[in-house]
Amino acid sequence: MTQAQATPRMPIESGCPDGFQYMHPVMRRNFGQWKYHEHPRPGVLRHVAYSGEEIWTVKAGTQRILDVFTIRKLCEIGDKYADGYVRFTIRSNIEFMVADKNKVEPLINALEEAGFVVGGTANSVTMISHTQGWLHCDIPGTDASGVVKAMMDELIDEFRNCRMPNRVHITTSCCQINCGGQGDIAINVQHTKPPRINHDQVANVCERPAVVARCPVAAIRPALVDGKPSLEVDEKKCICCGACYPPCPPMQINDPEHTKLAIWVGGNHSNARGRPTFHKLVAAGIPNNPPRWPEATAIVKRILRAYQQDARDWERINDWIERIGWPRFFELTGLPFTKYHIDNWRGARNSLNASTHIRF
Amino acid sequence: MAKKIHETPMLDELEKGPWPSFISGIKRLRDQHPDERIRGVANDLLGQLEHSYETRKGYWKGGTVSVYGYGSGVIPRFSEVGDAFPESREFHTLRVQPPAGNFYTTDMLRQLADSWEKWGSGLITFHGQTGNIMFIGASTDATQHFFDEINEYGWDLGGAGPCVRTGMSCVGAARCEMSCCNEQRIHRTLLNRFTDDVHRPSLPYKFKFKISGCPNDCVNSIERSDFAIIGIWRDNMKIDQDAVKEFIEKKGRQYVIDNVITRCPTNCMTLTDDDRIIVKDEDCVRCMHCLNVMPKALHPGDDKGVSVLIGGKRTLKIGDLMGTVIVPFMKLETEEDYQKLVELAENAIDFWAENGLEHERIGEMIERIGLVNFLEGIGVEPDPNMVLHPRQTSYVRTDGWDEEAEKWFRRKLEEKKQAAAG
Repeated sequence: MTQAQATPRMPIESGCPDGFQYMHPVMRRNFGQWKYHEHPRPGVLRHVAYSGEEIWTVKAGTQRILDVFTIRKLCEIGDKYADGYVRFTIRSNIEFMVADKNKVEPLINALEEAGFVVGGTANSVTMISHTQGWLHCDIPGTDASGVVKAMMDELIDEFRNCRMPNRVHITTSCCQINCGGQGDIAINVQHTKPPRINHDQVANVCERPAVVARCPVAAIRPALVDGKPSLEVDEKKCICCGACYPPCPPMQINDPEHTKLAIWVGGNHSNARGRPTFHKLVAAGIPNNPPRWPEATAIVKRILRAYQQDARDWERINDWIERIGWPRFFELTGLPFTKYHIDNWRGARNSLNASTHIRF
Repeated sequence: MAKKIHETPMLDELEKGPWPSFISGIKRLRDQHPDERIRGVANDLLGQLEHSYETRKGYWKGGTVSVYGYGSGVIPRFSEVGDAFPESREFHTLRVQPPAGNFYTTDMLRQLADSWEKWGSGLITFHGQTGNIMFIGASTDATQHFFDEINEYGWDLGGAGPCVRTGMSCVGAARCEMSCCNEQRIHRTLLNRFTDDVHRPSLPYKFKFKISGCPNDCVNSIERSDFAIIGIWRDNMKIDQDAVKEFIEKKGRQYVIDNVITRCPTNCMTLTDDDRIIVKDEDCVRCMHCLNVMPKALHPGDDKGVSVLIGGKRTLKIGDLMGTVIVPFMKLETEEDYQKLVELAENAIDFWAENGLEHERIGEMIERIGLVNFLEGIGVEPDPNMVLHPRQTSYVRTDGWDEEAEKWFRRKLEEKKQAAAG
């Protein structure tokens, strides 16, 4: 036995590191003392402190999954054209902070020249927040990274410009757990067929009572199949959510044909104007079509166009639809309204129109 | 490279177009990296990914991989098609906790990249949806080495599985005039109180803290976290009437009427004939809209603190839940104030650890047992800010009414005394 094995290194449980050590000195000095900000052009913010000091931020979109060459490129730009301080937004944009206004233009040029995209501020379509997909996840129905790359290629002008009524947050998710979260527009996997069960493996791999408990509609029950203990699914009850698949991989939910994409709109986390809202289903049955998923992008662009043309300044997508009503939303976007749009989950009654508030 | 390079006709399509391509990044590792190991890993990773694109299925399965002393923080990934793509057969992710607000120096990013290149695939995601730095792609052996190396210079693993997860905070007071709290201190105080619960999963399910400096809630804490802390103020908002006039001169009266005054959800604002904005602050719900439109003229008040909402989560299992107001307002200035926040989190987690079912988030537990049982469990008194409206069904026993009413009046009297003393 080697000495390393005899005395393993114990971890230093330092937890979350101190953020102040990585903050631009101007930000450290003026912590909690900021007065206002301006938005001089897309991708650039100017924050002014009560002390009179200011900090300029340049925001750029990246591919999120960064190789070390890209990281070093970003660092090189950060050292040469900025002050060596960066941060990442929760939508994987990188932000360079500089104290000197004169650094802003050269920094933008250096980023653009290196293939990064400056923008993503205020009323733009910012980077799509997304999940991992086929590259790394154990349960993915699609490759969100690929969907996002293909979609951002077509939305890049809306990232670079601020031509939307208000900011647009798009999200994608590779399964119905929906790690991508709520979005003004969300592109999420929607399975359409019950899991296919490999009965040879269930008893070996799955903790059966735990799997039964995971099902939101109690459609799974223990069963003896071909003399082997396994699980069976009441396919009439099954809502094809895939909740059984993570704890029991032999219950394969992903299907090359029947795993589809659905698009949801109107999710908004902010408390501005109205309370935060969940997104609502508007389109389903969209083919999961790698490598560029053109059908999903086409619908997203159609929704964005209707929103851009019809919404008022500062209306997020949910605010806009609340004003114009759902019938008009479906009319403007040309999307079909079907029986699948009418909710039947718990609390569904709250989503029904119990009034004569009807728009004509 | 001696080995065969996998053909990737479908992935090649993702190198087209102007947005930065993650496929090009992985190819750079395959073609240009000096280390043969990394070139091989990138090649087989692309091979497997192409296979996924062709067959529309994922080929990673979980397992058990950890670093010594922890039960969490590594996402094990073993390939189901490892024979065809052996060099990326083991491709685990290490979740590493970033600082609140995701701040880095370029020096630190380089140091992390250097360490990762030594042990891992050379691919890093900034950041995963929970908020971790995701070091994607290490073999089982390398996992421990990489962790040991970065742990020595200040980095620790985040959570995975049924445990307290890595937290997330907005840029906050470091750069934003809307911030009403010290996100850095709240984040570190809470997360580092629960370090043991981050590293050793023993809770019913995941538990997430997120901190937003103001109700714009840029980290989506109400919907995406079990315990949301949001900066807010309770005195009057501050109005710089000169800046209001300046804004009106620039944008016009009509713009202010259409985009500020009439957009207020509680109609608490008016614009006077001489271009001043008057706000009835007791009607204001601190929604932030007017401050967002006029950041130079309108500011949060001075009496700042936080609201706490508990129970947000996404779909599985019972459907989406937003967090519910549990503490409408608390100050966060003194050490005791922070201690109160920590105690609230401890009480909530302890009660849920005792009463939550397996794989049940705290919000789902509250849904199952009712908010009142939860409040009594954690010792918090009911408050009308917790509800949109009082009960609308008569199916309730009210035989303890007089005592409860008495408690309310005593509490109000106490608050009045404290306010007078303070």
